[in-house]
Amino acid sequence: MSIFEIIRFALRGLNSNKLRTSLTTLGIAIGVSSVIILLAFGNGSSKAVQAGIEKLGTNTITIQSNRGGFGGGRASASRAASSKPLTVADAVALSSPINAPDVKQAAPVAGANVTCSAGTNSSTPGTFNGTWPSWFEASNTSVTKGSYFTNEDVTQGRRVAVIGQTVATELFPTGTPIGQVMRCSGIPFTIIGVTEKKGSNGFQDGDSLVVAPLTAVQRSITGYNNLQSIVVEAKSAKVQDLAQTEINTIMDAQHKIKNTNNRDYRTLNQASLLQTTSSSNSVFTALLGMVAGISLLVGGIGITNIMLVTVVERTREIGIRKAIGAPKRAIMTQFLIEATILSLVGGLIGVVGGFIGSHFKIYGVQPIIIPGSVFLAFGVSILIGIFFGGYPASRAASLRPIEALRYE
Amino acid sequence: MQQLLDAPIIDVRGAVKQYGAGDASIFALDGVDLQVHRGEYVAIMGPSGSGKSTLMNIIGALDNMTTGKYFLDGIEIDTLDENALALVRGRKIGFIFQSFNLIPRTTALANVELPLAYQGIKGKERRERALAALNVVGLGDRISHEPTELSGGQQQRVAVARALSTRPALLLADEPTGALDSKSTHDLLDLFDQINAAGRTVVVITHEDDVAARAKRIVRMRDGKIISDTSHKKVSA
Ligand SMILES: Nc1ncnc2c1ncn2[C@@H]1O[C@H](COP(=O)(O)OP(=O)(O)OP(=O)(O)O)[C@@H](O)[C@H]1O
Ligand SMILES: [Mg+2]
Repeated sequence: MSIFEIIRFALRGLNSNKLRTSLTTLGIAIGVSSVIILLAFGNGSSKAVQAGIEKLGTNTITIQSNRGGFGGGRASASRAASSKPLTVADAVALSSPINAPDVKQAAPVAGANVTCSAGTNSSTPGTFNGTWPSWFEASNTSVTKGSYFTNEDVTQGRRVAVIGQTVATELFPTGTPIGQVMRCSGIPFTIIGVTEKKGSNGFQDGDSLVVAPLTAVQRSITGYNNLQSIVVEAKSAKVQDLAQTEINTIMDAQHKIKNTNNRDYRTLNQASLLQTTSSSNSVFTALLGMVAGISLLVGGIGITNIMLVTVVERTREIGIRKAIGAPKRAIMTQFLIEATILSLVGGLIGVVGGFIGSHFKIYGVQPIIIPGSVFLAFGVSILIGIFFGGYPASRAASLRPIEALRYE
Repeated sequence: MQQLLDAPIIDVRGAVKQYGAGDASIFALDGVDLQVHRGEYVAIMGPSGSGKSTLMNIIGALDNMTTGKYFLDGIEIDTLDENALALVRGRKIGFIFQSFNLIPRTTALANVELPLAYQGIKGKERRERALAALNVVGLGDRISHEPTELSGGQQQRVAVARALSTRPALLLADEPTGALDSKSTHDLLDLFDQINAAGRTVVVITHEDDVAARAKRIVRMRDGKIISDTSHKKVSA
């Protein structure tokens, strides 16, 4: 008996049990697509958070004061006795190419919580910074409309500002904001630029942003003694650790720190932040993977169930086939081909469904398919299908015809 | 030479079939000897539980026995492996069951073609032989009906066509008329007469005297043993 004949028998078998065929295919398809989609969702959300953090600049090291107030960090009990605030002088020292060869640039940041208004519209930016033009590069922020402010704007203390898109749309729902004046804490600032859309990094809206020259902000809003932070950009991600050491050396000297366990400042490093979030994200993905695995298992149990329900009928059928002279090998091959076709078709539908389903955003997260998950889900489903389709058949084919005929 | 020609097609010697073990064990066959020659028409009768089906299944190579020997057309069945057994079932035996045992959701034609397919007969020849067998049983106009679309008598005739399609030397039927009305029974028995007249050996199990009356030899069983074995000339027209 030729293999084509056996394949024909298998197809006829599938065709004559349409309900069983479609239910089994459906079970496999759902299992496979849910594994693919869930893992893609986990992967997509972790990628989104990473991308958000990367947008902040991976070469960036942020220095914050440990004195309480802004970013008060460590407990005040451990506060250095002679604690000094962060100063513009610190930022200048950190920019020294001799003492800090691995630092590209440093920018002091004065920050405040203010509300800005233009006409009847108002906006409370998540970030309101007075800083130097170098801040834009150090923090990976670019201006797409209008222009950056300049060093001259800083020395002259001009009240100009660059705003993020959230602030722009809140203050100027219609028309361009460039050239318009907004008032922040009552102080007028002329808008000269709008930054590129950053989106959310998972923690805050990167576009709820106002950036103005340091001098203007210090003079009219924050005062001169209280820098919120200093943003330092290392020359590359590779030399970030070297830059970090140089920063500590310079800052310890500037702040006359004797005990390095008791500094009045601290440094935040984007790379380490990235690591923490990506490890917590992989936990999240692993959890989703488990959920997906369970759904595959449930799908598998469903398939087994359908196969077992029909096993009595199929065992009888195998008995009949044996009684009229079917060799065991022909029966085995037929039933294995049936199971393989079922799981292949179901698996393929599942993969297609997974790809389609991954096109849709879930809670604002664009799922990104993990190629491995496709192969895993497909492979597992086929194994389940072949095993649970093939095993009862192989058992039945080994029975004497009369046992198979009487099976119940 | 004469002896070789006269060698029985069925030769069962000292067949014992035991079910279960110890106190609970049952001897479904308790030392049965039976020889049937080519062209014979044998009816096996006996009360329920006397071992008729057990014997028939052994003759049909569907089951094995506990002890004893069985030669089918000179071949010792117990020595054959799986594949050889499948060949013997396909080539030498046509089996008809009380419950028809057609493949569900499969047309009459496909059911009849099945044993031919397992013998490697292809395409046109297979179709023609299956159609011929269906014509013999008078179902030439029902070839694309599935079992559920056929009456009991028609289903049994499909089963007969399936058994005949391979032109077996031996036709075995276990209560073939058990589920049929008298008209269908009559048609089926006419078919058996015809098959036997064509030279095939027919062995049929039955409870019904009018079925047995068609046979030329009646074997009676009780408690796993043969208690009588009588040959008679056919009386009816
Ligand atoms: N698979 C089995 N397991 C245990 N006992 C069995 C089995 N098959 C048959 N028997 C027993 O063997 C004996 C003979 O059974 P068999 O089916 O041959 O009877 P029978 O003559 O065909 O009866 P009936 O006319 O009712 O069909 C019975 O006592 C039956 O209970
Ligand atoms: Mg019986």
